[in-house]
Amino acid sequence: MFENRLLLALIVVIGVPAATVAYAWLVEAVLGRIRPTVARGLRPWLWTGPVLLLLLVYLIYPTINTFIISFFNANSTEWVGLANYEFIFTNNAVLIALRNNLLWLVFLTLFTVVFGLLFAILFDRVRYESVVKSLIFLPMAISFVAAGVIWRIMYDYQPPGQDQTGTLNALVTAFGGNPVAWLIERPENNFALIAVAVWIWTGFALVVLSAALKGIPVEIIEAAKVDGANELQILLRVTLPMMGSTIAVVATTMVIYALKAFDVVYVMTNGNFGTEVMANRMYKEMFNFTHFGRASAIATVLLLAIVPIMIINIRRFRQQEQM
Amino acid sequence: MKRWLVLLLASLFAVAFAQGELRTPQEAALEAAGGEELGGSVSVLGVWGGNEQESFLEMVRPFEEATGIDVEYTGTRDLNAVLFTRVQGGNPPDLAGLPGPGQMAQFAQSGDLVDLNEVLDMEAFGNQYADTWSDLGTVDDTLAGIFIKASVKGLIWYNANVWEERGWEIPQTWDEMMALSEEIAAGGETPWCEAMESGAASGWPGTDWLEDIVLRQSGADAYDAWYQGELAWTSDEVRQAWETWGEIVGDPNMVYGGVPTILTTNFGQGGNPLFTDPPGCYMFHQASFMTDFFVESYPDLQPVEDFNFFPFPAMNEGDPTSVEIAGDLFGMFNDTPQARALVNYLVTPEAQAIWVERGGAISPNQDVPLELYPDPIAAQSADLLTSAEVVRFDASDLMPEAMNNAFWQGILEFIQNPEGLDDILSNLDRVQQDAYSDQ
Amino acid sequence: MKSRALSPAPSERERRGNRLLQGLRRFPLHIIIVALVLIWSTPTVGLLVSSFRPAHLVTTTGWWTAFIPPWNFSLELYEQALSAAGMGQSFINSLFITIPATVIPLMIAAFAAYAFAWMRFPGREILFVAVIGLLVVPLQTTLIPVLRIYNNLGLTGTFVGIWLAHSAYGLPLAVYLLRNFFSTLPRDMFESAALDGASPFTAFFSLALPLSVPAIASLAIFQFMWVWNDLLIALIYLGGEPSVAPMTVTIGNLTNSLGGGWQVLTAAAFISMLLPLVVFFTLQRYFVRGLLAGSVKG
Repeated sequence: MFENRLLLALIVVIGVPAATVAYAWLVEAVLGRIRPTVARGLRPWLWTGPVLLLLLVYLIYPTINTFIISFFNANSTEWVGLANYEFIFTNNAVLIALRNNLLWLVFLTLFTVVFGLLFAILFDRVRYESVVKSLIFLPMAISFVAAGVIWRIMYDYQPPGQDQTGTLNALVTAFGGNPVAWLIERPENNFALIAVAVWIWTGFALVVLSAALKGIPVEIIEAAKVDGANELQILLRVTLPMMGSTIAVVATTMVIYALKAFDVVYVMTNGNFGTEVMANRMYKEMFNFTHFGRASAIATVLLLAIVPIMIINIRRFRQQEQM
Repeated sequence: MKRWLVLLLASLFAVAFAQGELRTPQEAALEAAGGEELGGSVSVLGVWGGNEQESFLEMVRPFEEATGIDVEYTGTRDLNAVLFTRVQGGNPPDLAGLPGPGQMAQFAQSGDLVDLNEVLDMEAFGNQYADTWSDLGTVDDTLAGIFIKASVKGLIWYNANVWEERGWEIPQTWDEMMALSEEIAAGGETPWCEAMESGAASGWPGTDWLEDIVLRQSGADAYDAWYQGELAWTSDEVRQAWETWGEIVGDPNMVYGGVPTILTTNFGQGGNPLFTDPPGCYMFHQASFMTDFFVESYPDLQPVEDFNFFPFPAMNEGDPTSVEIAGDLFGMFNDTPQARALVNYLVTPEAQAIWVERGGAISPNQDVPLELYPDPIAAQSADLLTSAEVVRFDASDLMPEAMNNAFWQGILEFIQNPEGLDDILSNLDRVQQDAYSDQ
Repeated sequence: MKSRALSPAPSERERRGNRLLQGLRRFPLHIIIVALVLIWSTPTVGLLVSSFRPAHLVTTTGWWTAFIPPWNFSLELYEQALSAAGMGQSFINSLFITIPATVIPLMIAAFAAYAFAWMRFPGREILFVAVIGLLVVPLQTTLIPVLRIYNNLGLTGTFVGIWLAHSAYGLPLAVYLLRNFFSTLPRDMFESAALDGASPFTAFFSLALPLSVPAIASLAIFQFMWVWNDLLIALIYLGGEPSVAPMTVTIGNLTNSLGGGWQVLTAAAFISMLLPLVVFFTLQRYFVRGLLAGSVKG
């Protein structure tokens, strides 16, 4: 499409950003010329328009498509009713996956939020904040293939008595323990996988929570200090409540990512040894077994699983409006 | 030298070469393109990366030079996902490596693949390829896929120095092999290494074991019925094979490191204990491509001198020699002149000789001379392929993907708990009923 | 700055004594931070050390043995990774893909988030919650329907196609985070701006955007990182031909189909991580306190 790479570079660096700003400018220029009451009704749709359009094409339409083909057979040629749902809810592998997703949901969310918060608050107090923050953030910058290599080096196993090549087992045996096959033994293996995800995603929680922490006006903290509050009191009564909505956002995001957890499981165990998760099962049904009906049914179940989370978010949305 | 003399000599050599052996790859390429410099490009999607990708690109370079066609190769280890999505989305590559015969059949039945009977010079192809290969590529009378590279499975690797030192003979039958294993185990050492880890495909090394045993224990007919879904997993033939393998893998005295080691060790590093001092084990069952991995971990090892193999032994003396093979299938999704030219080129012995000489591949084309193989081990395995009385393709690759996947998992479960064989087999039967009905 | 003005000015001597005392009191804090960060970095350090070792030792010994004589270090893996065919080209391709695929979703998500936060219109609750709901859609289910649309529009294999795809996939999180951030900005500020006659365009670009720089910067980093590390979406919509392939494709092709040669991924991981980390460091200075100073009536 772009023969000239220099032209492409210009489009990339200048054209695209300029076009987005130009859109907003154009919208206001047009709205300024029509009757204010009409403009007021039209404005929100033009501001949200690009987002809604892209979401419609790339996410909403495929999701409706997914929902429909979840009632069809493997290659979507024959209506099978609820048979795919019946299959996934009686299939042992899927039931294990459901249980594991619950584990992921609880522990991934808990640990990323707690660690993210802890790091954000601790690092805020030291001058080398940007360095330590970068080190915690680093795993986010690693592709999941590389993450697989890293954790292979961490979890590697050699028989007892041999020199260990895995970091964790070298530590365990150095303290006189027996090497552990982290990815094989149940239930350790599920937690070993969740640990990898926590290691990656804490950087996300840290960055968002830290931005929220910095957003708390200094005056409020100072006022609390003047009132004689100590650091712990400030943390519990001022800082955390003011970060409440951001903590909720991070937790929601992590719950959703726990539900669609895939990468880590796919590279490390592919769901063997009782570590299956829903998204990995869906991937198998879709691309390996090419059973689009079952794959779609799993995707639909994932979508239904977040309805409670959406309800909580509607409530929060209304509360924020009333503030 | 005078100019005319050079020309004369050159043409003499060319004639001699053409009569005796292969043409130059450029000549083969030009002929494959119908003698025309077509230009344009052909897109190829495959699973090859690293040294394989280099070899493939080296293989098509003369083709690009001679025909002016650009070969745009994309490699991905997620071939299943990428190929299926692109075919379903209506944007398939011109040519693609196919994940396996099962998937090939699916593509062929939904009309995505071009019938290569109409594309290839079938007479030359028939002369150069054994029937096994063309049969495997045929779905309902259309030639849907061709093999351009093969490997021999079920070789037993050993450390030649150690075997010489101990004065061990190469076992000719299963019983001799087990007798030797027991002798080693009785001395307090572990005879075998086993390694099942292979990322998303973990467990497949075990499927090779079972296939080797079924093929030799119950014969080719049972083997065929088994992968076609007509022989149940709970049948005596299949159960017996699991139990036979269980004599090795289910016995902690037989295998290095015990169950966790078997399950966590990547098959590529599985043979490493053969070469430690003292050795951790003395035999390792793996395909012909294992040599790459030996040299990757121990760069100083020499083929034959340091490591060597013997073929998986027959169950009884006098049984026919059998060999299990595997290979990389290629199919054509878009019928363009450039794609036709490339397919025609890829099946020639001239093209395949390039990869063979670079190492790591066995050519399914019989016209590729054995002396081109870079080391005696590669030549031996290539020879095994042509000389065996019974040749069968990797059964798990021939099964529907869902069956194959369940097979891998069954292997892993069996290693963890050999006592649970009944449950594993009846579970595999359930998958068999479901998976084959979809096809 | 502001905080210091509030407390009475201490004498020079007092200040020095305080600092010493404070330093001692804060010692455990430093210990805790350093310990946590060390534990967190261990896996990465293992990878880094491995990447400087000869390939055959990576598979046969633990990375810490590199620190025991004979110190066996080598640049072999970096040489191998950097000399891979098309690495330079694919680096540029990755930039061409990633920059617009970061800018577009951030800008349009900011417009939408602003509307969700400060404009009243029917159905916005439902719409906003639907956006959150879309976070859970597994991308794999969208590939085939979208690819069919792309074929009809001729977008397959073009950079525009992949920009739009990555933008769309990044939108739910961007809208969600930004709306949350915008709604924490003080309402009276926007109301007084509107009274002064500022248009929403002005209010957005001169108030909302500058005040949300930390949020936008963090989103920019995430989106940049995801697009930079993406492999599957690029292979589907763009293809992996050398002229368009991003770095992830080139790196993925360093290992063979059986996983042989994975050691080189250790070096490749650091090479591909370099730019995202530079971006992270550069954007760090926007994570500053006190953007809202003076805007809140205490």
